[in-house]
Amino acid sequence: MADTLLSVRNLKTYFYTDEGVVKAVDGLTYDLHKGETLGIVGESGSGKSVHALSVMRLIPQPPGKIVEGQILFEGTNLLKLPEDEMRKIRGNRIAMIFQEPMTSLNPVLTIGEQIAEAIMLHQGLNKKDAWDRSAEMLEKVKIPLAKERVRDYPHQFSGGMRQRVMIAMALSCNPSILMADEPTTALDVTIQAQILELMRELQQEFNMSIILITHNLGVVAETCDNVVVMYAGRPVEHATVQRIFRDPKHPYTWGLLHSIPKLYERKERLIPIEGQPPSLIDLPVGCTFAPRCPFAMEICVKQDPPDYAVGADHYAKCFLHSEFATPEEQKAAEAAGLAASTRGGTHDARGGLRS
Amino acid sequence: MSTVASGGDNILEVRNLVKHFPITKGFIVQRQVGAVKAVDGVTFSIRRGETLGLVGESGCGKTTTGRVILRLMEPTSGEAIFEGRNIFKLSKEDLRKMRRDMQIIFQDPYSSLNPRMTVGDIIGEPLEIHNLARGKEKLRRVQELLEVVGLSPYHVNRYPHEFSGGQRQRIGIARALAVNPKLIICDEPVSALDVSIQAQVLNLLQELQKEFGLTYLFIAHDLSVVKHISDRIAVMYLGKIAEVAEADEMFENPQHPYTEALLSAVPIPDPGMRRERIILPGDVPSPVNPPQGCRFHTRCLYARESCSVNEQVLIDYWGNGHEVACEVLPFRHQRSKAAVVKQSAS
Repeated sequence: MADTLLSVRNLKTYFYTDEGVVKAVDGLTYDLHKGETLGIVGESGSGKSVHALSVMRLIPQPPGKIVEGQILFEGTNLLKLPEDEMRKIRGNRIAMIFQEPMTSLNPVLTIGEQIAEAIMLHQGLNKKDAWDRSAEMLEKVKIPLAKERVRDYPHQFSGGMRQRVMIAMALSCNPSILMADEPTTALDVTIQAQILELMRELQQEFNMSIILITHNLGVVAETCDNVVVMYAGRPVEHATVQRIFRDPKHPYTWGLLHSIPKLYERKERLIPIEGQPPSLIDLPVGCTFAPRCPFAMEICVKQDPPDYAVGADHYAKCFLHSEFATPEEQKAAEAAGLAASTRGGTHDARGGLRS
Repeated sequence: MSTVASGGDNILEVRNLVKHFPITKGFIVQRQVGAVKAVDGVTFSIRRGETLGLVGESGCGKTTTGRVILRLMEPTSGEAIFEGRNIFKLSKEDLRKMRRDMQIIFQDPYSSLNPRMTVGDIIGEPLEIHNLARGKEKLRRVQELLEVVGLSPYHVNRYPHEFSGGQRQRIGIARALAVNPKLIICDEPVSALDVSIQAQVLNLLQELQKEFGLTYLFIAHDLSVVKHISDRIAVMYLGKIAEVAEADEMFENPQHPYTEALLSAVPIPDPGMRRERIILPGDVPSPVNPPQGCRFHTRCLYARESCSVNEQVLIDYWGNGHEVACEVLPFRHQRSKAAVVKQSAS
């Protein structure tokens, strides 16, 4: 697509430890378009944060290594760039905010100094202009008395305010992409609502794309256009936000949606996903979700499923949507609310997209 | 949800509970210069067999409330009547005996289990302390408990680090169950767990409640979880209770402006659903120096002048057990109920 900003192709990030190879990200592919908010959803250990660090090229090496794949930003493969070129992109064109706003700010520098540092480095402004721009950015993120507060230190701000500071810093260079790794997880719900609202407004104003990494399905439903669901390092489903929530095609997505209590629904019992996520060192053969999957078939424990196209821009890594599933097996899944799809009749695996 | 056992049978009554943490200055001679008013006059009761959800944001005092009730911390003032006896007046020995009836499950299953003890020792310790079982009998009981919480009896000799977060929380639950308690205070028992594991633990807690007739005080910040598991809910803000109601009533008909904003702030996992969102201005004020009058008036969208003067008390305006601490309420809602008219007239 013409307006594709970032293309991640078959990304594999492994960590080489004494106990074995941890396959933290194992074959991630997606496209991010201009102005889009893409949600990357998964539980702890699903590889969503490691993916973000891979895109920013912040993986500690060793023990980590990006062993395969491409990260194309406006057509340039970031993985091939020399470090000094990458530095011009990191924080400037692609900015990142983290979960813990306390640990990601330097406690001995004022807020103003920290924001100005990035502006001077990337935009080449002098100290005075950079300082003024810092104050302006703090105003943009609605910090009261911004002009005075640039002189304050991080500990003088509350959690929500610190996250605003982080956003101000990230947006100070007018990036094309904002990578937000669990930006509201450490915050209370009323503060979370403030921050999400702020991000929405600023996305419009700065015309940027957002990659929102989170485990909170509510946050995804309210902010994202498209969603990638990750499980044990692999993307298991990829679709628009409506389709993910209305018509999930992967048993893991389906299971997640059933296991969360809903505010406006009375359920006597939740339907949990049984068992535990697998160890990333010792992944099961075949589909990594098969040991916990209520619809698992024989083939699932033997072969790794490819991406099946299950609808318009909707992909699921699951054999239920292939000729390997018998009509009975598909019916059983459908009865539980997971309709098998053989739309278009063909099962064009997503490999074509990767070339 | 299970209907509440015959009304009036309260297993626990908390009245005017206050817990202030002193702020001191000076090294050798310490003098108190202020206090963190973590819990500042909390009154509620729990009926036998029900689950009372206690929700609020960080720093509202919900965890402190739970700990003070168990006397893991000493209260500043107030009383907590458990089955007719004031917990805060008990001698050490009596308290120890009473703790058989009241147990707690902690939030973080990583720090609440001793890493050097085997699972068998962890679950068996309360049995020994309370002289309930020793030796072979203890082992049998521990294995039985492991099975009750969905682990295997052969896990007794393992150490906590060999278990995942969800499994550790099950160990914590087994330890609480060991002494056959009547009341369990669950302090954010699923917040540290992944979504798919949360459901497993929530289901387990519900099954155990049915099987053993347990009463829960369920402390959490996740409103969806609290709604799911609770019969009644109390909403806390800055050391005080803002509203108490049956769970469904609270969600369908929130009355306190804070509850209303809190509910509207929860993101709903349904992209088709659009609600009006009330975005509260600012942050929660410091509990060292809480606002005068109604604690919430500094952020309240309906605040009137009198709100910054009058302390608010919980009032059951409709006579259905739905209590609200807000004096603006009767003016906000033109309810036909006589009680409201009377209230606004006075």
